[in-house]
Amino acid sequence: MALLLVAALLFSSTTLGKGVYQTVPEFLTEIFAPEEPQQDYLWLTPELKASASEIINHPVRGLRIRYWRSDEKTVWVMEEIGKELPITIGVVVSQDNIEKIKILAFRESRGWEVRYAAFTAQYQGVKITPYNKLDSHIDGITGATLSVRAVTKVATLALHYHQQVSQSESKQARNKQTQDKESNQLVTEAP
Amino acid sequence: MNKTFFAAIIGLNLAVTAQAAPSLEEMWELIQQQQAEITQLKTQLETTEQRVTETEVKAEATIAAVEEVSAGPVAKLADWADKTSIGGYGELHYNNLTSDNSNESKNEMDLHRFVVFFGHQYSDDLRFFSELEVEHSVAGDDQNGEVEIEQAFIEWDYAENHRAKGGVFLVPTGIINETHEPETFYGVERNSVEKNIIPATWWEGGAMFSGEFGEGFSYDAGVHSGLFIDPTKLDSDEAPDPDYKIRDGRQKTSKAKADDLAYTGRIKYTGIPGLELSASAQYQTDVWQGEKFAGEEDADATLLEFHTIYNHGPFGLRALYARWDIDNVIESVKPGADEQEGFYIEPSYRLTDKLGIFARFSEWDNQAGDSSDTEKQQYDIGLNYWLDERVVLKADYMHEDVEQGDEFHGFNLGIGWSF
Repeated sequence: MALLLVAALLFSSTTLGKGVYQTVPEFLTEIFAPEEPQQDYLWLTPELKASASEIINHPVRGLRIRYWRSDEKTVWVMEEIGKELPITIGVVVSQDNIEKIKILAFRESRGWEVRYAAFTAQYQGVKITPYNKLDSHIDGITGATLSVRAVTKVATLALHYHQQVSQSESKQARNKQTQDKESNQLVTEAP
Repeated sequence: MNKTFFAAIIGLNLAVTAQAAPSLEEMWELIQQQQAEITQLKTQLETTEQRVTETEVKAEATIAAVEEVSAGPVAKLADWADKTSIGGYGELHYNNLTSDNSNESKNEMDLHRFVVFFGHQYSDDLRFFSELEVEHSVAGDDQNGEVEIEQAFIEWDYAENHRAKGGVFLVPTGIINETHEPETFYGVERNSVEKNIIPATWWEGGAMFSGEFGEGFSYDAGVHSGLFIDPTKLDSDEAPDPDYKIRDGRQKTSKAKADDLAYTGRIKYTGIPGLELSASAQYQTDVWQGEKFAGEEDADATLLEFHTIYNHGPFGLRALYARWDIDNVIESVKPGADEQEGFYIEPSYRLTDKLGIFARFSEWDNQAGDSSDTEKQQYDIGLNYWLDERVVLKADYMHEDVEQGDEFHGFNLGIGWSF
């Protein structure tokens, strides 16, 4: 017993950022370098809050959510509680499917296996269905059910948010096209 | 001609100039209008100044209120609540069982477990966790139930990916001993092998070190209070049977005899999604805790336990084997009790996200050390229906096959929840 205690004290160290495997700026550099990502916000309308709450299975709070983008790629960093403490999860969405998921911080004492590449690789290429579910099964980890659920919910939510951004942009593009068309018609019809 | 023309033009200009200049009355009216506008602007300015003053007062009041809230007791309560967690689980069972070889039956409705978790995070590295359980609804003298503290420990992350805990904790062995919220397993009742051989749910007081070494590998190693299988204690007056089963030895950390401690170790691999491979071992220095029986003493014991869990898509499989080797001295209490072992295998299939079916075969023997036929077998089939991720309805049919003792068959229904 005493030996175990001595060993514990020898191993004891002060770690910066408990359970933090990668900071958000480091993650963004990894994803976008050498480009500089553009930071933007998605406003949480009542309709979006309702659909997001259904996905995450609890109320979504706040006015807007920050994301980063470059071309058709968006990056979302969200925190979700597994059992008791928040897990920080980075999700890269490209062309409506998940390009990458990374656990940036894990603070609980069980379920840490979700940070392994063998687990997160299951999300690559996964899309969202019209029923706001992932279109592929994710194998769980025994004893880490709540952590797995948290990661899956955040993955689904990131795809849903990405979809909103894409739809909003498509709508804006269509409106612009309509306006341009109307302007051209006015020009041609002008006496 | 020219003179006449110029005179006419000059005369016309003078007439136009005389017509454009305002008259005195017009000038007076213009001044009146301007004065009115100045008065109106002055009034507006005064109103604006008053509003600015009022806004400043309101802003100051808001800041004061925010400061009051952010520094006041409500904020302190919020800080505390952020660090303190509450959870729990429970399960209600209905058993409808009859015996083939006796007149015994079991028709019961039982709030088998009602559990509340409390946890507190002192810092990133230090936390408290507890589990308070009421079994069978009512506890007290001559009541069926018990109030138990199954977990109450402090956990300290002494290094990255390594932690130590001290207090009362669940022994790291088996599948359901540590993870037993009702929605996490099939069957209304917990499986008989882990109940009778491990023996789940099993907790002890002591110190435990846990952590990761390499991707997917984890360890637990610790020292804690041991079992006390009291050979002088009889099960009941009606059927006087001395304690010899491993399950009889749980002291539940209630003034537990600690003359002889126990040591537990486990290695687990969870590096592949859906797969868990685990091996655990425990050494009990003396399950009689220094007591003597029929001139015998020092009943040391060793547990070896192996299990695997594999889930892939809708398929699931659980298999476990556990074996106790106890010193031969225990045979003075019960023949064959020096070996107690069992195994089970449980395939399952998720038909939908909400509905899953399973089958289980279990075999165990608490007197496996001799040639007498004392083993028990149990067959279970059933289903789970998850109303929510953490709320489950259960139904199963069970059939026992035993050589000695009552042999039950029948069905069980249950509802379970956790939060």
